[in-house]
Amino acid sequence: MAAYKPVVVQACPKLGEKITQDTLYWRGYKTPVQIKEFGAINKIDFSPVPPYNYAVTASSRIHIYGRYSQEPIKTFSRFRDAAYCATYRDDGRLLAAGSEDGSICLFDVSGKAPLRQFEGHTKPVHLVGFLSDKYRIFSGGDDYSSKLWDIPSATEMISYSEHTDYVRCGCASKVNADVFITGSYDHTVKVFDARTKSSVMTIEHGHPVESVLLFPSGGLLVSAGGRYVKVWDVLKGGQLLVSLKNHHKTVTCLCLNSSGQRLLSGSLDRHVKIYSTTSYKVVHSFNYATSILSLALSPEDETIVVGMTNGVLNVKHRKPEEKNENSQKKIQPAYRTYVKGRSYMPKQEDFCVSKPVKRVLRKYDKLLRSFQSSKALDAVLEPPIMLHTPEVTVAVMQELHRRGTLRSALAGRDEKQVNLLLTFVARRVIEPRFTSVLVIVADMITDIYQPVVGQSAIVDKQFLKLQQAIGKEIDYQEELLEVLGMMDTLFATFTKKRDTCLEENKSNGVTEIIETNRNY
Amino acid sequence: MVSPGALRVVRCGGGGQRGARAVFSADSYLLYASGDFVKVHSVNTEETLLLLCGHADLVTGIQLNPHNHMQLYSSSLDGTLKLWDFMDGIPIKTFTVGPKLLALYVLASAEDSVFVVVPKKGERDTFQLVSVKLTKGAGQDLEGKELSVVLDGVGASPKQIAFGREDSYVVSVKDVNLQVYFFKLKLLNRFSLSTAKTKGGDNSFSCVVCHPTEDCIATGHADGKIRLWRNFHHKKAYTYSALHWHHDTVMDLAYSLEGTRLLSGGVESVLVQWHNESSCQKDFLPRLGSPIECISMSSDGVLCCTLHTDNRISIINSNLRFSRSIQGLIKSRDVKTGLVVDPRTKALVLNGEPGHLQFYSLQSDQQLFSLDIVQRQYIHQAGLKQSELVKVAFSAQGTWLATVEESEEVADPELQLKLWFYSEETQSFALNTRINTPHDNHITDMCFRDMAELGDDSLILVTTGRDCVFKVWVMVEDSDPEAHQSVSWSCDFVGGYHNYQATNCCFSEDGSLLAVSFEETVTVWDSLTWELKCTFCHPPGNIRNICFGRLTCSKYLIGATDYGFLCCWNLLTCALEWSAHLNVVVLQPDPLSEHIAAVSWLSKESSLFVFKPSEPWPIYIQRNLCKEKILLAAFVPRDEPEMISSEKYCWLRKSQLFFLTDTQELMTLSTKSLEERLTPSSKQLAVEESLPMTPFSVLLGKHRRQQAQEDTDLGKPVVHNKQEQASPAVKELLHTPAHVLPSASFLCTIFINSLLISKENKSAEEVADEVEMESEKAEDDSDEEDVTAMEQEDASHMELLGEMTCKLSKSQEKELRKIRKMDYSWISAF
Repeated sequence: MAAYKPVVVQACPKLGEKITQDTLYWRGYKTPVQIKEFGAINKIDFSPVPPYNYAVTASSRIHIYGRYSQEPIKTFSRFRDAAYCATYRDDGRLLAAGSEDGSICLFDVSGKAPLRQFEGHTKPVHLVGFLSDKYRIFSGGDDYSSKLWDIPSATEMISYSEHTDYVRCGCASKVNADVFITGSYDHTVKVFDARTKSSVMTIEHGHPVESVLLFPSGGLLVSAGGRYVKVWDVLKGGQLLVSLKNHHKTVTCLCLNSSGQRLLSGSLDRHVKIYSTTSYKVVHSFNYATSILSLALSPEDETIVVGMTNGVLNVKHRKPEEKNENSQKKIQPAYRTYVKGRSYMPKQEDFCVSKPVKRVLRKYDKLLRSFQSSKALDAVLEPPIMLHTPEVTVAVMQELHRRGTLRSALAGRDEKQVNLLLTFVARRVIEPRFTSVLVIVADMITDIYQPVVGQSAIVDKQFLKLQQAIGKEIDYQEELLEVLGMMDTLFATFTKKRDTCLEENKSNGVTEIIETNRNY
Repeated sequence: MVSPGALRVVRCGGGGQRGARAVFSADSYLLYASGDFVKVHSVNTEETLLLLCGHADLVTGIQLNPHNHMQLYSSSLDGTLKLWDFMDGIPIKTFTVGPKLLALYVLASAEDSVFVVVPKKGERDTFQLVSVKLTKGAGQDLEGKELSVVLDGVGASPKQIAFGREDSYVVSVKDVNLQVYFFKLKLLNRFSLSTAKTKGGDNSFSCVVCHPTEDCIATGHADGKIRLWRNFHHKKAYTYSALHWHHDTVMDLAYSLEGTRLLSGGVESVLVQWHNESSCQKDFLPRLGSPIECISMSSDGVLCCTLHTDNRISIINSNLRFSRSIQGLIKSRDVKTGLVVDPRTKALVLNGEPGHLQFYSLQSDQQLFSLDIVQRQYIHQAGLKQSELVKVAFSAQGTWLATVEESEEVADPELQLKLWFYSEETQSFALNTRINTPHDNHITDMCFRDMAELGDDSLILVTTGRDCVFKVWVMVEDSDPEAHQSVSWSCDFVGGYHNYQATNCCFSEDGSLLAVSFEETVTVWDSLTWELKCTFCHPPGNIRNICFGRLTCSKYLIGATDYGFLCCWNLLTCALEWSAHLNVVVLQPDPLSEHIAAVSWLSKESSLFVFKPSEPWPIYIQRNLCKEKILLAAFVPRDEPEMISSEKYCWLRKSQLFFLTDTQELMTLSTKSLEERLTPSSKQLAVEESLPMTPFSVLLGKHRRQQAQEDTDLGKPVVHNKQEQASPAVKELLHTPAHVLPSASFLCTIFINSLLISKENKSAEEVADEVEMESEKAEDDSDEEDVTAMEQEDASHMELLGEMTCKLSKSQEKELRKIRKMDYSWISAF
């Protein structure tokens, strides 16, 4: 004797992207906060020390935002023309920025006026950065040169003019205080050592370099330019490790997450892609409204800030972790007093008799078990089930059809219920996984309620809707078949003809047909 | 040792009960008719204890002797009545009646006569209830020709006649008529229902029972109603009331001991218990698995048992709790899966309960387990098209199982391909992958690529469908590490040939070639590149079966066509090697040898041909294998090769051939003679541990101790101990019931001889010899036992050992040993 077997609900694999640990992680951000700036945002930089303020460079201003503030908590606006690349020092106390007129300003975060001004570039300076010894600044300008400055004396230490085009990006090594890297529109990335007079390494990126990044270990270098993101092994003399082509417009900015496990790239194609740094596969991607110019991630990945070409700053905060307080509440001391012997541990010689597990059946299963077809159908036509788990509704309909009682379950319903049924059928009949069952249901409904058509305006409307849905679906299918036909012809022209007839063997008097067509 | 003789067809499972109610004996045995036999089961252990055989045809009725509860009457279609001592399994008396006996009723009041239903002479399909006077006589075979007709025009089924309170009247129902005959008054009352077919269906009678203490008759009807008749002494003033719950025919009814409860069962496979004859008070025991055919109550009212249409017996407590079930080979409506052998358990796998796969152990005649494939509630209702299991395939090691289920709808079959993985932890198959609609039309065949040496990585499944393609399924590793399972199956290649329907598929032994038959043509594909290598055909006629040769014959491909041709193609020359005109129904290769068995069906008889593909003439032919059509066959590997001296039967050495007929009886071929197989055994009833402490056993124990002492003195205790345990003469003496033993004077010599210690002056070499002999003997025993469950311990045992103990002279004995030794080495070479 067997127990009642519940209705099998066919689980369909969800189409589209799979839910992985990464998608869950990167989806855990709140809806973004949009802040309008005055011009295209060319740089966002997080302060490395709490409370992790961030500096946004747009037009001729540098705004400092607090973590949750929507208004800038501080503004540096002493620039005559556009400012570029406001960057924090490691201790978060100094801020350096380049400008359109070729000067570099150094600010104290708490002050207003620049502490130092470095003059020397003849063209706009798009790249400013601190070396990791904190006392020197490197810069790159549109005059093709890159320079090194001493902060205390505000003097130029070395100037390299090896690039043959604008120097637009760069970064300093965290491991070695003398090494910094610049990327230029002349398609190269150069590694400079402050102790030598010339560059120590040149890497051909192949496209104008928009952004470069060094891994915290200093061993790997990432460069972005054109549609490509390329990863180079610096220790092996600049060998290409991997070339990623996941954007369909120029990649403008790069960023590592706090753990160093994921690499983010923003592009003019309005996407931010997140790569795993072990497999270099895209694990997640974000969509934005307009082209992205700059991108930054706060420590602990708390905030993603993205700057766009239209001056909109998009700030996403991470959702707070949900705490499972509910599970703790379940154990009530009052309950415990009633259950005696709950904590008793059976001894080895004890013979344990386990309590039979009570199986919980869903409502429709209980009704189906007692052969109440109509009520079972009612149970799955309730809005929560019908809307959120249509597969359950369809599974019960299929089960009723299998039992031969679907017609009687569908019959004898009032206007409201027929309306509900038809809404469901019209909406779901075009889903391929439900089509076969719902076509039968639609057939039966039309059969049963044919005599009363015209008596209710609502039902008539639903019938028309159903007709429309089916008509549209038929059109789609026809179009798809046409496309399939076209593709078949294309494929047929591509495949090589390999009709090599083996010699026919007729010694047995039996005709043999030998073909080597691969049949798809 | 197997003596050369003709092969015999032996039934080893299946067969129906055909409507005879089971009987509970007074001491917790359950007896029921099964085919030509009556089986004795222990209610407590569910084990078959005894098989009462002796009838030459179907047993139609069994009843306990009301005057002696240890005796049983049985009637059979062969026209005999037998009285059995069912505890020992021996027939006491046989009464030859003559005509076919269709039902049997034994009354307590009638001491020297029983009632049987026989066909009326000269008329077809009319039956009469007659009483047979049982003559008293000394011999075993007696005549029972004194017949007196009691009722005319009764139904053929035993359920359509019942005897009333204190055997004062008899009731018979047929169609819409009910007749009651009062013995004392010699009065016959007839009642009939209206024949007008109401919308509830026809109201003809299906079964009848009588209340044990009151004058009340309960009848079951084809429309599902139960009517309770009272006051039927009067022709006009009779009354009846109706109980209605069943939606289909009431198959059987049974009253409880006092008549307060009425049990009914039918197609719904629900046992309904009605209290106090009121329709509002009833209990149900639902989902018993298959339609209930018969219900019977034990005499003390504690248990009741239901016989089901699929050869199953459920034992149910009086409070309607399912207690246990007895099941052998479950009979399903249609064996679509074919006979498949599970490589792991060597069990036969075929359709069982609806939607289930049964694993049937041939050795123990028991169902090992039933695997739920469809996993849906089966509705027992006529005319419903529900999902059926149609194809089954095992991988070489039995780690993967592929099943196909489809609903019977012709136009749009709902197909599912399921792949199951055997998990070692749970010791059962777990669902791995489910593929909805793998083909657009019915799947015709399915096979795994069997490559044992390459392991599971090379596993490939091929399915062929009527949608004119064959599909290749492979295992793919799941890239996502968080997924539940590491592998799943997906389609790798779809092949077709000129838009013909694919009908069969088969892999060659090394797995390099795949043969797929498309209607008239066989195509051979390379399994690495899926390129079509060559095609064969033998017009006209579609290909019905194909298989590759094995071992030395692996270059041949065998095919059987609709038009009655068996063809053998050579794969190296791509030419037809030979063909034979033979209407082959079943083509079955032996997995362990080159032999291929073909079963043909020619005008009402099945014949068996066994051949090697390399030779066009068969090794073995058996015409007229059986009268039924053989639908399926399977070679089951033997645990150890059997010693078959005759060259003619050497193909049976490594595997055994089993057939399934269209009446769902499982048959096999045996080289053993009839006596060896059919001698009933009483051995199983006596258990060594339960031997009572008698003076004899004390004496025996003393003797054993003495001998053990002597053994230790001689310094070779192990050898003698072994022999002691196997001392068969004593064992046989102890295990055989006293009244079937030969006379004491005959036994005496054997017994005394067995006690003698005659081997004191043995050399060490001889002792070693003896050990070997012992082991040989043990092998022989196991050999004989594992052939089928039906086979029992035989009497030849005693002869063999009697001979060994004394009769042979020393030189003869030595020679015999030599021969045995030779024999043994020869067999071990295989």
